[in-house]
Amino acid sequence: MKVTILQFPGTNCEYDTQHAFESLGAKTEILWHKAESVPSDTDLLVVAGGFSYGDYLRSGAIAKFSPVMNAVKVYAKNGGKVLGICNGFQVLTEAGLLPGALKRNEHLHFLSKHHNLKVVNNDNIFLEKLASGDVVNVPIAHHDGNYYIDETGLKELYKNNQVLLQYCDKDGNISNPNGSVDSIAGVCNKEKTVFGLMPHPERAMEKLLGSDDGVKLLQGFLSA
Amino acid sequence: MMKAIVNVSLKAGVLDSQGKAVQHALSSLHFHDVTDVRVGKQIILKLNTTDKEKAKADVTKMCEELLANTVIEDYEIELIS
Repeated sequence: MKVTILQFPGTNCEYDTQHAFESLGAKTEILWHKAESVPSDTDLLVVAGGFSYGDYLRSGAIAKFSPVMNAVKVYAKNGGKVLGICNGFQVLTEAGLLPGALKRNEHLHFLSKHHNLKVVNNDNIFLEKLASGDVVNVPIAHHDGNYYIDETGLKELYKNNQVLLQYCDKDGNISNPNGSVDSIAGVCNKEKTVFGLMPHPERAMEKLLGSDDGVKLLQGFLSA
Repeated sequence: MMKAIVNVSLKAGVLDSQGKAVQHALSSLHFHDVTDVRVGKQIILKLNTTDKEKAKADVTKMCEELLANTVIEDYEIELIS
């Protein structure tokens, strides 16, 4: 299993992501955004979190024009697996690889804390190790995590089982920290090959640091 | 030379949290006549052309591709020659 992790100027979660996947036994490579191709042995491409291009204009808006993104689009179009975490999710929505957009948090605060998430659909490689309704605890750290999609788009998401995770409390009741439509924390594309979520599973790999639920989340990719 | 002024704002119907916060602040300053506030951004471009048609087409393309996220934002273009 080879995980390739994208690095833009301003990305800051690439090494955490690398550590997390290596602790699960994957080989990893960090790929600078100037690269014009995705390594051919890549099984999973991760767009890591951070503040690509300082979040100038909009989060992820400039990163989508980095040279590597053309290669990412081709890779995704050919069925390659892509995971966007936090800023990576923002980049993937800006690039049109995932539906919707991420707006400023409803109460305008930067949120950095652990949050519970409920598994909505598990008929995908990402969450197949979990059951629908399972609750996991994973840190969030974002200013622009307020997921927006119009009504028609939302219906499509539900129809195709593209809603992955919702923010909730420890009992699985909806608890919305940032104003996201339907408390959505993560979605995938229709083909279930491109995944994006605002929470950071790579920061929930050890009980000592508050939660190891990220293991269950990232493991799904390793068995695919 | 031509100047293009691009105003980008959240679409009607998309909640503008910053606008709401500003409205509350204005209300606490006793400006009670304010019924709605929308906060947007203005991008000012200098263009090395005198062709208004071309400028309009170019800036529209810039808005669609980069300056606005049309999933959540609308844009308006004003050209000044």
